[in-house]
Amino acid sequence: MDLEKEILRLLAEDGRLTAADIAERLNISAAAAARCVAKLESDGVIVGYRAMFDETLLPENAVKAIIEVKLKPERDGGFDRIAKKISKFSKVESVYLVSGGSDLVLEVKGEDLKDVAEFVAEKLSIIDGVVSTSTHFLLKKYKELGKMMQDDEYKERLSVTP
Amino acid sequence: MTNIKNDSQSHHKTEKLRLASHVASLPKSGIRDFFELVRQMEEVISLGVGEPDFITPWTIRENAIYSLERGDTSYTSNLGLLSLRRAICRYVAENYSVRYEPETECIVTVGVSEALDLAIRAITNPGDEIIYHEPCYVSYAPEITMAFGVPVPVSTKAENAFAIDPADLEKAVTPKTKAILLNFPCNPTGAVLNMEQLKAVADIAVKHDLIVLADMIYAELSYDEEIMPAISSLPGMKERTIFLHGFSKAFAMTGFRIGYACGPADIIDTMMKIHQYTMLCAPITAQRAAEEALKSGGPDMEVMRREYMIRRNVIVRNFNEAGLPCLMPHGAFYAFPDIRPTGLSSMEFATLLLREKHVAVVPGTAFGKCGEGYVRACYATSMEGICEALKRIKAFVADLKK
Repeated sequence: MDLEKEILRLLAEDGRLTAADIAERLNISAAAAARCVAKLESDGVIVGYRAMFDETLLPENAVKAIIEVKLKPERDGGFDRIAKKISKFSKVESVYLVSGGSDLVLEVKGEDLKDVAEFVAEKLSIIDGVVSTSTHFLLKKYKELGKMMQDDEYKERLSVTP
Repeated sequence: MTNIKNDSQSHHKTEKLRLASHVASLPKSGIRDFFELVRQMEEVISLGVGEPDFITPWTIRENAIYSLERGDTSYTSNLGLLSLRRAICRYVAENYSVRYEPETECIVTVGVSEALDLAIRAITNPGDEIIYHEPCYVSYAPEITMAFGVPVPVSTKAENAFAIDPADLEKAVTPKTKAILLNFPCNPTGAVLNMEQLKAVADIAVKHDLIVLADMIYAELSYDEEIMPAISSLPGMKERTIFLHGFSKAFAMTGFRIGYACGPADIIDTMMKIHQYTMLCAPITAQRAAEEALKSGGPDMEVMRREYMIRRNVIVRNFNEAGLPCLMPHGAFYAFPDIRPTGLSSMEFATLLLREKHVAVVPGTAFGKCGEGYVRACYATSMEGICEALKRIKAFVADLKK
């Protein structure tokens, strides 16, 4: 058993599992589980733990957008310098270099529509090397990281069967 | 066999039995009574089920829906869709290293239950003995009896990790023995047989010229070794083995009712006759779903298998911590803890636990007399359910000690 892989798989599904929980699930000792988690943390493989939630159920009116960005690549470093520069904005939650029609895909979170629009107009598109942007505001989330939001599937089972 | 006077007008001169006596004298499944008991209670955490808690993977359901949209609503060949039989034979060859001919050596049935029934009826002459191992699935002995065969149980024991002991098996063989029925990974014990143990059974089958019925329904749900090997892959065994399998457990498709049998052409052809006259064919929608399961259900199955394995580790550790010794089952999705330390019988334990803690497990005696002293707890239920159930079981056992 590749212990690190198994533990990462468990934590990816439920980040709140304790070392004792992990030990029970993988039939190993709690000490071994704790040691392995500590190593994954110190190696920087596990970068943090957080909850995931369905924002649509929250009163706050935050707005999220996926923004495609076209860049002009630079000598020595390609897209890296600009991508890092964009990553520094706290509104920018994720940054990916992608294949296809655009070069970067960003996930941006703002207080409202205007907030995101201002960010695009005043911060993002004026960066040297940014050729164009295309902003997609997210309207509804159905599934994230393998989890269905408001999953209404259910299964009727008899309580005792052979 | 006892003749039961089940005709209310038995004062007539010529007594006619209203019901078939070989069926009327069969006991009802012990699970049924218990199910009635559970049904009357509310808020029960059930470890009493025998099916996956996962819904059939979407890609499989989607293909069933698409087949309906396309208008696939007819009968299929009696043996089942040729495309499905080809896929099954390819799958069996890849995973179990035995090659079967889709045209003549494979039949698609309504669940593996029908496949087993057909197999038993196809080979049993009245009075033939069929050896099976207990504790076991509830249908084996009745199916043999309904085929006018004689069921001969061999007990498996905890000290052998519930594997079949070749010496016990050999002792049960008589000149009338026709076949051995194997179910590993085993419901309810979770036991598997390794290569060496399979060889020992195969040797006995060859020595006494016996047929082997291999119910492999849980084979993919093997946790500590590779997939449970098929006895038909051993030398000299293909011609005397009926390989029985289905989609219910590994692919979470119990409601689709699709199983199959692979075996020698003469036996499959005889099974086909019974199937043809009684069932005609398995439902086409479910056959289309099964095709998709083999084509692209593998990754989903692996996710479920891994989840069962994790739950198994949790449930077994907790039973042992509760003071109920429990072996680590190597397959299926059942734990079979020893409840004798409580001083209760299996039925008492299950009934009291249900009444006092609202947790349902199945008394071991539902699976044969030698299941006394054990209960079956299915871990195909959510991790939260398992943890809560085991918390209650721990409290229950502690209360008993007071």
